Amino acid sequence: MTETLLEIDNLSVDYETARGDLKALRDISFDVNRGEIVGIVGESGCGKSTLISAILRLIAPNTRFRNGAIRFKGDDLLTRTEDQMRALRGGDISIVFQDPMQTHNPVITIGKQMVDIQHRAMTSKKEKLATAAKMLGAVGIPDPEARLKQYPHEFSGGMRQRIAIAMALMSEPDLLIADEPTTALDATLEVQIIERLKDLQRDFGCAILFISHHLGVIAELCDRVVVMYAGAVVESGTVREIFHNPKHPYTRRLIECDPGHIKARARILPTIPGEVPDLANLPDGCIFRDRCDQAVACCAQVPPLTRLSEGHNAACWLNHAEEVA
Amino acid sequence: MTDIIADTSKSRSELAIIIAGVARDPLGLIGLIIVGSIVFSAVFASWIVPYDPIAMNIPDRMQGPSGTHLLGTDQLGRDTFSRVISGGQVALKVALPAIFGAMTIGLTLGMIAGYGPKWLDNFLMLLFDTIRSFPTVMFALAVVALVGPSLQTVVFVVMATSIPTYGRVARTQTLTLRNSEFILAERAMGASMARILGVHMLPNIIGVLAVLAAMDIPTVIALEAGLSFLGLGVKPPTPSWGVLLKDGYALIRQTPWLVVGGGLPIILATLGFTFLGESLRDVVDPKLRKNR
Repeated sequence: MTETLLEIDNLSVDYETARGDLKALRDISFDVNRGEIVGIVGESGCGKSTLISAILRLIAPNTRFRNGAIRFKGDDLLTRTEDQMRALRGGDISIVFQDPMQTHNPVITIGKQMVDIQHRAMTSKKEKLATAAKMLGAVGIPDPEARLKQYPHEFSGGMRQRIAIAMALMSEPDLLIADEPTTALDATLEVQIIERLKDLQRDFGCAILFISHHLGVIAELCDRVVVMYAGAVVESGTVREIFHNPKHPYTRRLIECDPGHIKARARILPTIPGEVPDLANLPDGCIFRDRCDQAVACCAQVPPLTRLSEGHNAACWLNHAEEVA
Repeated sequence: MTDIIADTSKSRSELAIIIAGVARDPLGLIGLIIVGSIVFSAVFASWIVPYDPIAMNIPDRMQGPSGTHLLGTDQLGRDTFSRVISGGQVALKVALPAIFGAMTIGLTLGMIAGYGPKWLDNFLMLLFDTIRSFPTVMFALAVVALVGPSLQTVVFVVMATSIPTYGRVARTQTLTLRNSEFILAERAMGASMARILGVHMLPNIIGVLAVLAAMDIPTVIALEAGLSFLGLGVKPPTPSWGVLLKDGYALIRQTPWLVVGGGLPIILATLGFTFLGESLRDVVDPKLRKNR
């Protein structure tokens, strides 16, 4: 039986701005089980980054948690003190950021940074260096001992991202958050990183929360997918269900818009017309209604996230045949 | 705070790399040689000086350069060369502690201002601006009037007036860095505030401040000379380049060598430290350290 590691339960997060409260996340619910890779997909501004900062509680001062809970191994992170959160960061939960060119301290050698990041381990500096070299080897950096003495600018983008992954895995976390780790890299490196992550996940057995707007990467890597739109979960399910049997019009359009999915040479690439609604001034009813080509009368009501089959949820009235009719 | 300061010490190999880098640059090499000889002559002053710098010898007064007196003698027959060398010692005795103190305090306060809460930042900035609003010489006059002229007074005045400069630079650097992605990454990996400031921000700031300090040393030397020239600095008979200039200025019609003796080292020290500072700036930035 799989054990739930991270449980996001009805989480709502607002940003207080001069224009009023920006409802960045609304009633987000999903689980991540131990050793599972969960992908979060959605376009820019859908709240992916807010979600990560909420989990780690590295939030801007104007962030307000409205309701809900973030449970990690059963206890609510929102009730933890800052010191308790800090113990968790880089301990049980690690993170890999989007831009590998910015993620390392430019004036300290990689070795020193990798030793420093083990500040919780009660081992000697020599042992820490050995661990660092071992980890660099594990992410496929050749000649790790020598490269520990080098500065970040002496590595390529792909290598730097692999180093970032090595550093994130150093504490043997239970949950690794990967915030679009391949977005800043080119396609071949992207494949490389994905393969590496897959291997490492197998070796370390950690769960990965993988954030991306690249559907192909999600399909390749993840077990389950959460589709987000404008701060809400519109659909969640296994990769197979989401990609072969999408139940929300947004998911369907998103898959259609994926360049990797388009077979014939098209004059105009498909897009989703319209814009993401203003989060400070939300329209009534379904948030996707204005852009949806299948909208019906009852879309004026907010559709609940409903379980359609084992592990497949969608928030769309079209799945409630009796009400649409 | 102590662990943060302890981290400033670079390992020997890194220091060697920096010195080698400076020596490769022609201007840096000149700067290194000048600064090196000034420091050397100051450290070993008591062995180098041919005469006691404060011993008077009235019969030999106001002589030109000769084999016995390399730079001639002053109105009291004191050997100018010996006084120049001892003056260098005084100049460094003022400049180094003052700059080091100002840099340490400015760095600490600046980093606190940049990383700490907004009200603390505002308070420290107000403090810095208040200090900066006093003209240095006026401030020095006031302090000297209160406690009397001495070496310590000069050190204190220089330190107090330099702290805001270092503080502001450190604050700006900290502000830029605190929102950078690698600092966010450190926070996301659970680094404490002391660790972020001491281990990750300090190495990014210290280079800039070290360069600033190297370039600031000639200003301080000139300030010490200026205060001594005005009679507010070191007390006679202690030799200082400023005192030498002052005596030489009064006696320029009788013997021009005192002005040369007081002025030349100031010019050389200014050039030397500036060359060194500029060369250092290029070397300490690892992003520019590509080809090695």
